Amino acid sequence: MAVTTPELTATEPHGPTGLWSWITTVDHKRIGIMYGITALVFFVVGGLEALLLRLQLASPNAEVLSADAYNQLFTMHGLTMVFMVVMPIAAAFSNYFLPIMLGARDVAFPRLNALSYWVFVGAGLFMYSSFILGGAPDGAWVGYAPLSTQLPETVRMDFFALGIQVAGIASIASSANFIATVFTMRAPGMTLMRMPVFAWMTLIVAFLLIFSLPIVGVGLWQMFFDRNFGSTFYLAAAGGDPLLWQHLFWLFGHPEVYVLILPAMGIVSEVLPTFSRKPLFGYAFVVFAGIAIAFLGFGVWSHHMFTAGMGPLAEAGFALSTMFIAVPTGIKIFNWIGTTWGGSLRLNTPMLFSLGFVAMFVIGGLSGVTHSIAPSDTQQHDSYYVVAHFHYVLFGGAIFGYMSGVYYWFPKWTGRMLNETVGKWHFWLMMLGFNLTFAPMHLLGLNGMPRRIYTYPEGLGFEFWNFIATLGAFTIAVSVLVFIVNLIWSKRKGDVAGPDPWDGRTLEWSIPSPPPEHNFDEVPVVRSVDDFWHRKYTEDEEGRLVPMPAVSGGALAVDETTTGGDDDGHGEIHMPSPSYYPALTAVGMTVSAFGLTYTPWGWIAVGVGAVTMLLGLFGWAVEPVTKEDQ
Amino acid sequence: MVKRSQMMRRRLVLLFATLGLALASCSGSGDQSALDPKGPIARDIDNLWLLVFWISVVVFVLVEVALLYAIRKFRERPDEDFRPKQIHGNTRLEVLWTAIPAVILAVIAVPTVAGVFNVREIPEGPDVLEVEVIGHQWWFEFRYPAYTNAAGEPLTTASVLHIPEDVKVNLIMTSADVIHSFWVPALNGKRDLVPGNTSNLTLIADDPTPSDDPLPGQCAEYCWLAHADMRFKVDVDTQAEFDAWVAEQLEPVVVPTSGPELEGWETFQSVCTACHQATVQQPDGTVETIGVSLAPNLGHFWGRGVFAGAKYEITDDLMAQWLDNPSDLKPMDPDRNDIANGRVLGMPDFGLDGTQIDGLIALLKSWE
Repeated sequence: MAVTTPELTATEPHGPTGLWSWITTVDHKRIGIMYGITALVFFVVGGLEALLLRLQLASPNAEVLSADAYNQLFTMHGLTMVFMVVMPIAAAFSNYFLPIMLGARDVAFPRLNALSYWVFVGAGLFMYSSFILGGAPDGAWVGYAPLSTQLPETVRMDFFALGIQVAGIASIASSANFIATVFTMRAPGMTLMRMPVFAWMTLIVAFLLIFSLPIVGVGLWQMFFDRNFGSTFYLAAAGGDPLLWQHLFWLFGHPEVYVLILPAMGIVSEVLPTFSRKPLFGYAFVVFAGIAIAFLGFGVWSHHMFTAGMGPLAEAGFALSTMFIAVPTGIKIFNWIGTTWGGSLRLNTPMLFSLGFVAMFVIGGLSGVTHSIAPSDTQQHDSYYVVAHFHYVLFGGAIFGYMSGVYYWFPKWTGRMLNETVGKWHFWLMMLGFNLTFAPMHLLGLNGMPRRIYTYPEGLGFEFWNFIATLGAFTIAVSVLVFIVNLIWSKRKGDVAGPDPWDGRTLEWSIPSPPPEHNFDEVPVVRSVDDFWHRKYTEDEEGRLVPMPAVSGGALAVDETTTGGDDDGHGEIHMPSPSYYPALTAVGMTVSAFGLTYTPWGWIAVGVGAVTMLLGLFGWAVEPVTKEDQ
Repeated sequence: MVKRSQMMRRRLVLLFATLGLALASCSGSGDQSALDPKGPIARDIDNLWLLVFWISVVVFVLVEVALLYAIRKFRERPDEDFRPKQIHGNTRLEVLWTAIPAVILAVIAVPTVAGVFNVREIPEGPDVLEVEVIGHQWWFEFRYPAYTNAAGEPLTTASVLHIPEDVKVNLIMTSADVIHSFWVPALNGKRDLVPGNTSNLTLIADDPTPSDDPLPGQCAEYCWLAHADMRFKVDVDTQAEFDAWVAEQLEPVVVPTSGPELEGWETFQSVCTACHQATVQQPDGTVETIGVSLAPNLGHFWGRGVFAGAKYEITDDLMAQWLDNPSDLKPMDPDRNDIANGRVLGMPDFGLDGTQIDGLIALLKSWE
């Protein structure tokens, strides 16, 4: 039983402070934190956009925003929340915890990981610069052709086409990285079926992204070529087909929904067992339900097109496949309730958000089933009913799940606890605000209010519920403010957490908070699901929980890391050195995107960007991985 | 501890009271509501929705009650040293909660598939009224190929669709520019209008609507600036009313010979006909169709009652404002019009003076 030995330290004390150390870092934990902070900033920005939209819709015929401003803001709200908030917040958790949960010291390709982050930042800045460079994208986040190609002389939808393209490159790179990490970096004994469910969901999401992003990538280039180089992919008058875009977009767009929700489901599957003091009910079923959702997710895209005119046969087929997907989703929900059943539930803030996730996601899931009823969906489609549905999935679902993750893992990131009292205010305010905002939208949609409208007249019965929804939106804003105050205050003055504040189950709780750069002094050997838990507890004859006789409580178990096999053997842990080449490559890519937006003069910038990118890649290829190799 | 759980319970009660209130008010709805069907197709859809809605409510209540029960019943008691039994799963339960939803979905699947084929069935036969619907940024055009006027033009109107009660109306729809969607919730679900494609939608209305209160509808596929203002009305007539309306619409409008109307006619010929069309009867009795069909047909314009994508009622004041600068009343982008390539993004400000505007209003009024 090894105890931390003084001489066993990382060989390279990478400058832990200063801007440069963050720009050059390849540490998965620091990259995860940067993803998280960037996502939070975009969450605030996207939220402010939503507040403006809600102000405009609070009353009929309002003039808070012009139609033009409204269209840009709702488009950017959608793009921001999908690509700049939920995907990166999931990436933040995956980056930070996937390697630790697997018992690894970093991801498989640390510098590629840094590249993913910086390319994502570049894509975000690129998209937002559009506000001052001719207007933001205003063709909705789905960018339907031929509206998206109707005005080639403007740049707005070029920012859309290239921005998503660049963000997609970041996601593909990080997905490849996560897949390689799961397949090659697991600690001894960490078989696939011993991985935490969160690691499983990260793996599934990585596959979803790798298979779906290239599809929309093709569509985006076609859109870009139609707009800039006179191609006619989507131009009906020249024999093109506007519906081609919808197929390409939703063949990406529907798996994307699962990309957004599955990591949150992974978090919930970690939090519920921890706070119920029981193992996850039906681990294998939860994992395989996730895989089933991902597979089926590629076969339901046309339920977004029930009004587009595919013909009754296709509509019936996609209606049935969409119904199927409710089965694995139901399995997950029932297993989560099964997890709490008979447990000893501690209702701390992470648990409240996870329970809130289950409660709200059920509503989003059921309204999803109503969409599969194709004839009835023709009334709901593109109405506020759909807006209500996907916010119940992506806010009541995903955001609640990620909030649960923040409260759960904040102690691991910072070594301090988030304040519980403030956290509970946050939860209840957000729960109230969320339901006030989005529950009425079901009614608005069924009562005939289409989405994406900048105003509505009096007399159609839309006034009251729109006003309530706006009140709800501001309640959410207050809850987010409470959350941010909690983050800032607790980072400085929160209770000291210690390594295992929640009596956790997975490996991240076996190492100090915050973890050392190399994560594990000695690589752990894994013997079961929730290995760390089983080092602390065992079961009596009745299957009841009993603390391990050797250790009281669990505090001791923290230092009791079992010696693994792949220690270097000479007491040194090689960690990759920092590198600025990933950031440089990302800068080159972003500059190229700006250049492409402003062709033909922009070709110069495309050239400069390409050369920068090549320099970055070349330097990357030839630099030594660690200083010692020099 | 007790106090805290009481507070939580109170909050939960508040939350569910809100949700309950929302559900309870489902019944009260406006004219554009899908929950208040006014024709057999919309009613079939509504019945299908109600079936699934109530099944969903049952599932919702069962799941939420189970969750709340678990939270209440299994909450950690600080005074007890309770050690939960470590249950890892139960295959029988897994099979059960895989099979039960699958069975429920199979039950829903049958009427769904049947409904898809029913709703999508294109009506044929001598009793069917065919209407062509063309979506434009940002107004709907309606053409009745069964009725042609003396100049050989099909009956063409905009913003108000007239249909007779109890008749199967087959809408044959396409778009002149971007994708739009035709949605009159009281009669049917929505259907997209895709450039280069035609799509069909069937409307059947139970009862005539009062002519001052027709059924409202709206474009449901985002089509840029004035998407929210791309509205239309469906005026359901008795067969006799409908026939009278058709006869009136087929009459050419009369070219004036004097007064402010003549002033308006001159402006009409020099400005409006670049985009608008009308079938007119010249003073010598000849009937001809003049102008270009890029914007709403102006024959019998004033009688429609609404204009600008059915956003406004037609009044002298609003008409004067519109002719002075259309973009003041509706967000459009006429500066980017490219008439040669058929790209029309709204009516420009032609800098008409007061006499011209008064003349045009007089002319259009005479074309009721």
